[in-house]
Amino acid sequence: MLGLIHVAYIISALLFILSLAGLSKQETAKLGCTSGIIGMTIALLATFVGVETVVGWAIIVIAMVIGAAIGLYLAKKVEMTQMPELVAMLHSFVGLAAVLVGFNSFLELVGNDATSTLTVSADASLAQVAELLAQAKQSVSEHADKLSSKELAIHLVEVFLGVFIGAVTFTGSVVAYGKLNGSFKLTIFKSKPLVLPFRHGLNILALVVSFILMIVFMCTATSNSSVALVSLVVMTVIALLFGIHLVASIGGADMPVVISMLNSYSGWAAAAAGFMLNNDLLIVTGSLVGSSGAILSYIMCKAMNRSFLSVILGGLGNKAAAADEEEHGEHKELSYGDVADLLKNANSVVITPGYGMAVAQAQYPVATLTEKLRAKGINVRFGIHPVAGRLPGHMNVLLAEAKVPYDIVLEMDEINDDFADTDVVLVIGANDTVNPAALENPNSPIAGMPVLEVWNAKNVVIFKRSMSVGYAGVQNPLFFKENSYMCFGDAKQSVEEIVKLI
Amino acid sequence: MQIGIPKESFQGETRVAATPATVLGLKKLGFTVLVESGAGALASFDDSAYVEAGAEIGKAEDVWACSLIYKVLAPNDAEIALLKEGTTLVSFIWPNQNPELVQKLNEKKVNVLAMDMVPRISRAQALDALSSTANISGYRAVVEAAHEFGRFFCGQVTAAGKVPPAKVLVIGAGVAGLAAIGAAHSLGAIVRAFDTRLEVADQIKSMGGDFLKLDFKQEDGSSSDGYAKTMSDEFIKAEMALFAEQAKEVDIIITTAAIPGKRAPRLITKEMVASMKAGSVIVDLAAATGGNCEATVPGEVFTTDNGVKVIGYTDLPCRLPTQSSQLYSTNLVNLTKLLSKEKDGNININFEDVVLRNMTVTLDGEVTFPPPKISVSAAPAQKPAEPVAAKEEKPANPYIKYAVLAALIVVMALVGIFAPESFLPHFTVFVLSCVVGYYVVWNVSHSLHTPLMAVTNAISGIIVVGALVQIANNSSNNAVIFALCFIAVLIASINIFGGFAVTKRMLQMFRKD
Repeated sequence: MLGLIHVAYIISALLFILSLAGLSKQETAKLGCTSGIIGMTIALLATFVGVETVVGWAIIVIAMVIGAAIGLYLAKKVEMTQMPELVAMLHSFVGLAAVLVGFNSFLELVGNDATSTLTVSADASLAQVAELLAQAKQSVSEHADKLSSKELAIHLVEVFLGVFIGAVTFTGSVVAYGKLNGSFKLTIFKSKPLVLPFRHGLNILALVVSFILMIVFMCTATSNSSVALVSLVVMTVIALLFGIHLVASIGGADMPVVISMLNSYSGWAAAAAGFMLNNDLLIVTGSLVGSSGAILSYIMCKAMNRSFLSVILGGLGNKAAAADEEEHGEHKELSYGDVADLLKNANSVVITPGYGMAVAQAQYPVATLTEKLRAKGINVRFGIHPVAGRLPGHMNVLLAEAKVPYDIVLEMDEINDDFADTDVVLVIGANDTVNPAALENPNSPIAGMPVLEVWNAKNVVIFKRSMSVGYAGVQNPLFFKENSYMCFGDAKQSVEEIVKLI
Repeated sequence: MQIGIPKESFQGETRVAATPATVLGLKKLGFTVLVESGAGALASFDDSAYVEAGAEIGKAEDVWACSLIYKVLAPNDAEIALLKEGTTLVSFIWPNQNPELVQKLNEKKVNVLAMDMVPRISRAQALDALSSTANISGYRAVVEAAHEFGRFFCGQVTAAGKVPPAKVLVIGAGVAGLAAIGAAHSLGAIVRAFDTRLEVADQIKSMGGDFLKLDFKQEDGSSSDGYAKTMSDEFIKAEMALFAEQAKEVDIIITTAAIPGKRAPRLITKEMVASMKAGSVIVDLAAATGGNCEATVPGEVFTTDNGVKVIGYTDLPCRLPTQSSQLYSTNLVNLTKLLSKEKDGNININFEDVVLRNMTVTLDGEVTFPPPKISVSAAPAQKPAEPVAAKEEKPANPYIKYAVLAALIVVMALVGIFAPESFLPHFTVFVLSCVVGYYVVWNVSHSLHTPLMAVTNAISGIIVVGALVQIANNSSNNAVIFALCFIAVLIASINIFGGFAVTKRMLQMFRKD
């Protein structure tokens, strides 16, 4: 039985790897998703069968049915514009589950009494631990040779770390969810970064105290389990606060990085749980997810030309003030009719959407506009900046939802050279990602960030609600360029009006 | 006003200053046109075609009596004698090289506009006769080279064996050079080109040539008048070395380097010619001003001792008379548009217009040459300074790298020393799966990042397995553990089902056109 379960785990680990590999291309993405589902089913079935107690099965089935119902409902109901929130929320669940599993691990360690040495586990060494510790309460020295003190120490570290990472992921994700949702009144859920005095000091303090607690925890786990439990709980509270502070001090524009980072953390939390339970499947899966999230964060940081550390520790806002003193000149406005004429006479149009399009839910009229222009034989393409939106690849999903074919949706690097041959660029709800200051003004806070070079096109039309600055808090010289025109108003409404005129 | 189109008298000159098509254009501007009988014969335009277009045909004296005369080459003494006072003459003049001619014309009180003095600004491109002539020369240079060259230009694999493509080197990527590059490329040759002006690299590429860059701290040969400037000695030395090396390799060299008003620079020495393969061809477009090649004999094809043919024709535009006439006379129509803004058949040499000011050599008995200088760079202003920030790429501090490496080694050593044996297999699995994850995820395309997150999210719900195992282990039926497990399973299931379902939903939406 044990062997079978193990083989099942290997198969599902392979399927998970295939699943991620499948997602590398559009053509194989669906297959990737399916293999993930199969892998998960196999893993669950194998573990489920291994439980072997009726009470256990009952608990699992009930919990799973409820969880599945909630999950499927959420998945069905969610608007594509709210994907970042959903993802953040799901991360928090993983974090919470990791905390619970960690606590359980500890409780098992100290709670089971000496009579429960019979093991029904798929996992022999954990049972050994449980057995040893149960007996250790009566006589520590008698059975000490069964489990070396080293193994015990490692196990305690695993528990402690697992709970820590899980707790940080949990509250961090909750705060990220709140920030993305934007409808909560609490300060920590505001898009603006929370700046506490001595914030770096606070972070370091939290880490140091947690470390001390870990040592206390390890020393007392076998001798005085109530002290150990208290130190575990105190650390959990600290970790929860740490998670809140970590994400609350990061600005709304950096959310793609934060989400990827939390994704990574949730993976590491799962991996830590795997170590705790000596379960290789958890370790493999956790580290797959962990490295995936880490790479995504790296890509996002690269796209903003910022170091990972500076994003995580917050603090873009400090520099922003210096850059915004120069004269900008006048901007020009265009009416809907003018924009429509401009588009009708164009040969090549590029649309560069940003988070504003998601906020205004403008993806559908934009898709209609695209369709109409393409029917006229105009070459319409989309240029997507890697950090457009609040989630990596967010814009692609929105456009796909509105049935824009993915082969005309191009990445920044693919389209940047083509702007010179483009007649009209429509900037819809994007700001910092099309800001020429990033290349031209070395003092700008976003200097050096790769941007979509829309200003090389013959005409640029910018859809915007007002002349306000973007998330980076930087004025955008693009608006005052000679070939730039503003089209004020709600993006959705504006595009709809233009569609009517074409 | 009547425009006179005389027959060109110079031996070998085949062009004419008006075609039936441009006669129509001139008439639209309010002018009448008098063409000397037989003026277009050599360019394949006979008199009847002119008459059909609405021109009159007349004798030489009548034509020269017109108050506006369009011509290709400057008039000779006999023709100058025929000119009346106050007549306006438009033709090539080369006032810098021909000061006596200018003097003679001025004595006659003739107003003279030189077609070779059109400034190189964008607005004047429509009347830039030098460009249109150069274009023709460049094309014809390739045709002449192909005529003298004993092989195909294009590479072929035939039943009778493989034919390598001809290699063509074009020196100077002005209008003529670019035309030559385009023509040679479309015949299938491998074309390389050199120019002292770095900005033309893209133009060369666009015509199908490879830009040969000097292995030299580049100085840019661009100047404000649209022509290349003279370069430093070291630069020329490096340049000559490049030519010497290329000469051994290429089959055809076309040189187009001319400096206005000066002797053409010597670029291809006798030694380079001697190093070329027998049957190779050199076309020297600068033959008229002394030649870029030391072996050039102006006006002739000279075959060297080692069998290299050096073409020194000075009349390349005349070898395409119909095309040349058509382009030149269209340039003249465009000039007429400037001269007669009202389109009423009268001309006004307006000195406010820099184009006209620049072209005018004599006006009302006064020599107005040389004109005031106008700066008209042919190249767009240098792109604004490179983004400074981008350059400042910090060379990653090597110490950080070493520190990370050292820390890793220490961690590994600690693990090795202190970790119990049962830990190590798991640790192995952990490290290896991190590496697998790294490679797998790097390949994910940007547009799929959101689905990737959703899937990894669902997969990280695998933590449910942990809770399941704990339920299994809870043989003592500890209620707290059951409760915690219940919650853990529940929320992890939300993740699994929700994550996969939303991924499926998203992937369904992606479609190809």
